[in-house]
Amino acid sequence: MSVLIVVDTKNGEVKKSSLEAAQYGVNVAAALGGEAVALSLNASNAEVLGTVGVKKVLNVTDASVSASDPQKVVAAIVAAANQIGAKVVVFAHDSTGKAVAPRLSAKSGAGLVTNVTSLPDTSNGFVVSKNVFSGKAHAQVNILSDEKIVSILPNAFGVKAGEGSATVESFSVDVSGINSGITVKEVKGGNSKVVPLPEAELVVSAGRGLKGPENWGMIEEMAEILGATTACSRPVADIGWRPHHEHVGQTGVAIRPNLYIAIGISGAIQHLAGVNGSKVIVVINKDPEAPFFKAADYGVVGDAFEVVPRLNEAFRKFKAANG
Amino acid sequence: MKILVPISKAPDTTSKIAFTDGDSKFNEEGIQWIVNPYDEWYALVRALELVEAGGGTVTVINVGDATSEPVIRKALALGANEAVRVDVNPTDSYVIAKEIAAYAADKGFDLVLLGKETISYNGSEVGGMLAEFMNLPFISLASKLEVTGGTATLDRTTEGGTEVVEVKMPFVASAAKGMAEQRIPNMRGIMAARTKPLTVVAASGAAAKTAYVKYGLPAPKSAVKLVDPENMDELVRLLHEEAKSI
Repeated sequence: MSVLIVVDTKNGEVKKSSLEAAQYGVNVAAALGGEAVALSLNASNAEVLGTVGVKKVLNVTDASVSASDPQKVVAAIVAAANQIGAKVVVFAHDSTGKAVAPRLSAKSGAGLVTNVTSLPDTSNGFVVSKNVFSGKAHAQVNILSDEKIVSILPNAFGVKAGEGSATVESFSVDVSGINSGITVKEVKGGNSKVVPLPEAELVVSAGRGLKGPENWGMIEEMAEILGATTACSRPVADIGWRPHHEHVGQTGVAIRPNLYIAIGISGAIQHLAGVNGSKVIVVINKDPEAPFFKAADYGVVGDAFEVVPRLNEAFRKFKAANG
Repeated sequence: MKILVPISKAPDTTSKIAFTDGDSKFNEEGIQWIVNPYDEWYALVRALELVEAGGGTVTVINVGDATSEPVIRKALALGANEAVRVDVNPTDSYVIAKEIAAYAADKGFDLVLLGKETISYNGSEVGGMLAEFMNLPFISLASKLEVTGGTATLDRTTEGGTEVVEVKMPFVASAAKGMAEQRIPNMRGIMAARTKPLTVVAASGAAAKTAYVKYGLPAPKSAVKLVDPENMDELVRLLHEEAKSI
């Protein structure tokens, strides 16, 4: 059973979430006794997929085949899947997976499971675990169709890159017959060096306890010292102190970083739903009764305006000593 | 403009999540059902705004049994003109998308707008499937939607950025935070909702591609370790040596 991994790029480079999906696809292929082949979309560094065990990459070199126009990507996937006889297609459940995987499922009739957090158990069907209820629970789902599509939750597995390089072949697909009428007019903010929240390993987040947007300097400072991404609670985004894309929680972005530092956030159940996949949670809050402490690994009961500058100083000292 | 807004029912965001029947079913006891927030706050409200500004109708559609009707009435109370319920148990996204497509096929909708995912199953699947079944373009994770004549401009959210895309109607889009602001239904809306048409249609018989076998809850967290607020060097040490997260 061959496995096809769909690999997207950002500014020509393989996305981190795609590298993780590639590693997953290699493991699925090994379990099923088949070959893992990656289909990359306009990648300039597709050979990097070799570091997670991919031997062969089919690289599409046609800029119109992009996640902005899912029908064209679906056409490329169908062509590649036919060529290698793929029974399983793997995506990262990022903006590309969300745009493309459902379309592929409807077109091919292959069952789709998204937000996947485990390798398939094939002892009785093809069962994968996924997160449900915004991370408050998980479910095991059996894919009933012969062909299967899985879209994995970013940061659920982590990337363990080793040595190795993949053979990259150019893959052409004729998409001239597809006219979806979608035109990309402008791309904003795509070149930012900041790691996007769903992929971030370190996240520093703050809430209403900060009293006003003018007080975010120390939060941004902490993020800069650590190389972390900033986030916020819902009320803070709703009143316009911080941009909407920073809102983490049940109705915002769900994250799974290695470290989540929450400052001045009480920890409403809706907020916890979006962050409880974090490996380590640090909560700084002056209210010892804040519900967030129950979900935290480390807690500091204290005034953010005193604790955060002190913590920044300690982080700075640590970074100076440990490089 | 004729707009179709698919809506799901979801447990209220404060619900305690539990399972029953040997962890094979969601425990609905004591659950307060709401319209899935992404469908309501962003997709439905934006659809209403577009119709208020430029004329037309908003139809909401739900795939589900009669227990969905209170949340369908909520959507009508917010201002949708009519509602349709496809009378079948929504076993998976494939079934939901196929049933909506079967209903919408010959209705001439200019726009199908739905939430980016449900807060219950977090699939992010129905919109893209629906677009494929209806052979329409799909714009996912849209945080902004403007319509001029027969053309729409949308902001599509990607990792760390935004793409501004233009597309001709008809098309399918999934709505993310930012597209509109939550509305509260007023008394007039609630009264009017009682008499608005809610049509129940039979299912076309789509078959599921996936089956939920079992559910579980995450392992409980061990107790929090409190660190002296005067001693942040200690917190940094713990994060480095014990948690190994920095």
